[in-house]
Amino acid sequence: MYNRKDLLGLRDLTEEEIMTILNTAKDMKAKIDDPSLRSYELRKSSIVTLFYENSTRTKMSFMLAGDYLGAMVKDLGVATSSVNKGESLIDTGMTLDQMGINVMIIRHQLTGAAHILAKNVKASVVNAGDGSNEHPTQALLDLFTILEYKKHFDGLNVTILGDISHSRVARSNAFGLTKLGANVTLAGPSTLISGSMRSLGVNVTSDIKGAIKNADVIMGLRIQFERQKNMPFPNLREYSSLFGVNNELLKKYAKEDVLIMHPGPVNRGVELASEVIDGKNSVINVQVKNGVAVRMAILKLLTERSAN
Amino acid sequence: MKTLIKNGRVIDPYNNIDKVLDILVEDGKISKVEENISDNADKTIDAKGCWVTPGFIDLHVHLRDPGYEHKETIATGTRAGAMGGFTTICAMPNTNPVTDNEILVEYVKMKAERDGVINVLPIGAITKGQHGEELADIGKMAQVGACAISEDGKSVPGPSLMKNALRYAKMFDLPVFDHCEEISLAKGSMNAGDRASLLGLKGISNDSEELIVARDMILAGSVKAQIHLCHISTTESIIQIRQARERGVNVTAEATPHHFTLCDEDITEYDANFKMNPPLRSKKDVEAVRQALKDGTIDVIATDHAPHHIDDKNCEFEKAANGIIGLETALPLGIKILVEGGYLTPSELIAKMTCNPAKILHSDKGTLSVGAAADITITDPECENIFDVSKMASKAKNTPFGGYKAKGKVLYTIVGGEIVVEDGKLVK
Repeated sequence: MYNRKDLLGLRDLTEEEIMTILNTAKDMKAKIDDPSLRSYELRKSSIVTLFYENSTRTKMSFMLAGDYLGAMVKDLGVATSSVNKGESLIDTGMTLDQMGINVMIIRHQLTGAAHILAKNVKASVVNAGDGSNEHPTQALLDLFTILEYKKHFDGLNVTILGDISHSRVARSNAFGLTKLGANVTLAGPSTLISGSMRSLGVNVTSDIKGAIKNADVIMGLRIQFERQKNMPFPNLREYSSLFGVNNELLKKYAKEDVLIMHPGPVNRGVELASEVIDGKNSVINVQVKNGVAVRMAILKLLTERSAN
Repeated sequence: MKTLIKNGRVIDPYNNIDKVLDILVEDGKISKVEENISDNADKTIDAKGCWVTPGFIDLHVHLRDPGYEHKETIATGTRAGAMGGFTTICAMPNTNPVTDNEILVEYVKMKAERDGVINVLPIGAITKGQHGEELADIGKMAQVGACAISEDGKSVPGPSLMKNALRYAKMFDLPVFDHCEEISLAKGSMNAGDRASLLGLKGISNDSEELIVARDMILAGSVKAQIHLCHISTTESIIQIRQARERGVNVTAEATPHHFTLCDEDITEYDANFKMNPPLRSKKDVEAVRQALKDGTIDVIATDHAPHHIDDKNCEFEKAANGIIGLETALPLGIKILVEGGYLTPSELIAKMTCNPAKILHSDKGTLSVGAAADITITDPECENIFDVSKMASKAKNTPFGGYKAKGKVLYTIVGGEIVVEDGKLVK
């Protein structure tokens, strides 16, 4: 069952709600490749994407998810809108509400932006990333991918590696995975990770070899140069030699069937070597397809709820 | 005009008085403090069961006038002060334009005279425009009645400029009210810690405050100037203040009611009424602040009353303005947390709101001495006070304390012999 008006984060979701989304996504996935399976059940729904931060991949994934379900999908070009005339987020939301929008998909550079929008509009709100807080649909597609390959979460060791402190993907995954019974390790240089993340019920370490050993899943994260004010490590060469994952490291320490994941876009040769990105354990491209399936599931669940 | 206050528990820490007495007010001054005064009076107030204290003095108030009158004005801010039992408030200079010259100090005084209902003492900026580049007209401002200088809202960035300011202000006996914050370490929007991790908000670490506390006490010590540290919030700041005092630095410190009442764990969602600077700290820091109030390391309770328009608060948490209103909730929080919590006696609590701040200002206010101006507050300390934001006198409503159960209510605020609040209601 998923009975909420919005999807704001995994922090507040129950295990049951997460599984409802993942199970629905299973049905959706087939519709991506085979148009004849599409039933356009959202043809009476209008969806708008509100991206205060750029992200071609996530926005495209959401828009196509809406298209495949028959919804009317519009993008509010934030860069060219009244936002530039100083309109507040709440006012933008209320305006869209009046125009009959059913679902608003928001990405914003500030933590809690999706929450304040959700509180002030009748439409369902999907958080497509807020500040350094959460990116729930990315985590859900990661969970979906892990489930596809590993068939369960219980006792699974998942290592998330890289720029943890700026990563809403790491946070949403940590919330989701721990709820489903996996063991989560966050690994990265001490300047990109905070010890207080332990309060989320995860391991925190700067020991990369230890973090790779016994891992069933390794998730690489991009260094978000755009969010750095002071460079947290001396240079990329040093970073990739100390914290980058390459085949040699995998061969020496990782499990044979370890799953290599990355939310993209990848800085090739920084967090993951090219041979790892394109290697046999990598499911990075599968994640992209699953992203559309998971977003279709979310749109369907949210609009069904409001129709009832 | 004679007013007689009968049978109240007179708490006047400056004169070491805490007993049931009567007070006679004549022509705006206190003329008698005795048992069973039988003079005929124009007005008699029965204060049985109430505390009769000097009017409260708040060293740290943002009146927002001039420039931000949509947040608060001198008319509404002084009324909020009166409702909270304050008879004197010091107005911070981060107005628009910044109060950095004698004309603006005169403006605040003039406006307070015309629209205000309690005493307002303007504070001048330390640097021109609070830009941290060159000294403001400190001497000129002192001449027309600025009570202190402060850069509140930020620290003076350069230690050498800060040192000059301390040295220069000393010439005029002006205390420097110091907002301690190393900005490069304070890029977040709430206290760094587990709760910030849970909410995905960037944290502000304790060291951002402690670094400037240490720096500025060293500077004040080296030029032997008076320094007063605003809104102290961390354990290590308190330890440093104790050490600096031991080596003879002329330092005093204040804490706000919100920093001794709430901690970061009270932030459960993105409600900007819990956003302030310094942020609500950890439970451990809150306990350290309470202990420092108890052992005297923190001398003063000041509200940092920071009114904001609803639009500045009802928005993205990280974008929202810092600060909460505090004048109308200060005393009931003090009674509830500090007196009922066993940290302070009633007399110690009152000292931190009357004679202690007066001493920092080199003022003769804050006492009930015979001959003093009749600034008097009468409080019922026993009644439960559930804060109702909609009934507050401040123009702003930004407080996390709506619905909070505190203790005690101000019934009378008397300023220079004139009744401003009567039976808990504004009459001016």
